[in-house]
Amino acid sequence: MSIYEIIGSVLSLIGASFLFLGGLGIYRMPDVYNRLQAGTKATTLGAMSLILGVGVIKMEDSWTWIVKAIIIIVFIAISNPISSHALSRAMYHRKNFPFIKSKDKNMDAYREVFEEMEKKKEDKK
Amino acid sequence: MKSLTLNEKLTRFTINWFFLMIVWVAFTTSFAAQELIVGGIATMLISFFTIPLFTCCTLKLLAPKQLFYMSYYLIIFVRELIKSNVDVARRVITPSLPINPGIVKFKSELPTDFAKMVLANSITLTPGTLSIDIIDDTFYIHWIDVKTTDPEEAFTEIAETFEKILLKIFK
Repeated sequence: MSIYEIIGSVLSLIGASFLFLGGLGIYRMPDVYNRLQAGTKATTLGAMSLILGVGVIKMEDSWTWIVKAIIIIVFIAISNPISSHALSRAMYHRKNFPFIKSKDKNMDAYREVFEEMEKKKEDKK
Repeated sequence: MKSLTLNEKLTRFTINWFFLMIVWVAFTTSFAAQELIVGGIATMLISFFTIPLFTCCTLKLLAPKQLFYMSYYLIIFVRELIKSNVDVARRVITPSLPINPGIVKFKSELPTDFAKMVLANSITLTPGTLSIDIIDDTFYIHWIDVKTTDPEEAFTEIAETFEKILLKIFK
């Protein structure tokens, strides 16, 4: 077993365990927004680390794999937050309001803006 | 959409071509002549037809000072990314589920839309925060463990380190 294989396997293992934790988070969290938090963060590092691990294992044959792996990682880092933002915003605009644990009324700062937007829409009709 | 001057068009064209060419070389991973020629022509056509679409930045982005701050930003970003993943993983496996979610807002001073987008995406990937919307200068952030609802304190807690560097890159 070469050194590349060992490092690559460790990276893949880390990635796989983060992906597992991301899945567990989606199951355990109470509402959409918290699920997205678990789904975006844990899976970002999970997928990145997994792909980097594959790149490192293949580095023994040629260096081209690691470059491709890095490009895929960059694309994941760009696209993942954008998609989660789009999902969360769409959920809020479908009036799926976040679960709030504490009794503090200022906890949802987006609510007033959203209600104003809704009012404007009503007026237009 | 306002019409662009020739200078702006040329800048965008050059930047698009440069970055697309980097991606092309990284994907083909060879410097053989035929690969470079085909890639050059293809990326030139793409960047020519997408001039009105890509509005990100000026050529100033490739100055040494900007490049230095960009790499600094990248290092901080990777550190925060790992921190945030460990943080979320810890919250998920703790049996009592220690969360206190809510939405906070804060104002940012960043000049361009592109800079705001970079900040919002970085915030999404850093510990416990998810950007929901940007209206003018105000960011609305879903925070998994709300420590303060005051906009200014939330700003120092969430975005200050990133914004400082972004201001240096985009100004």
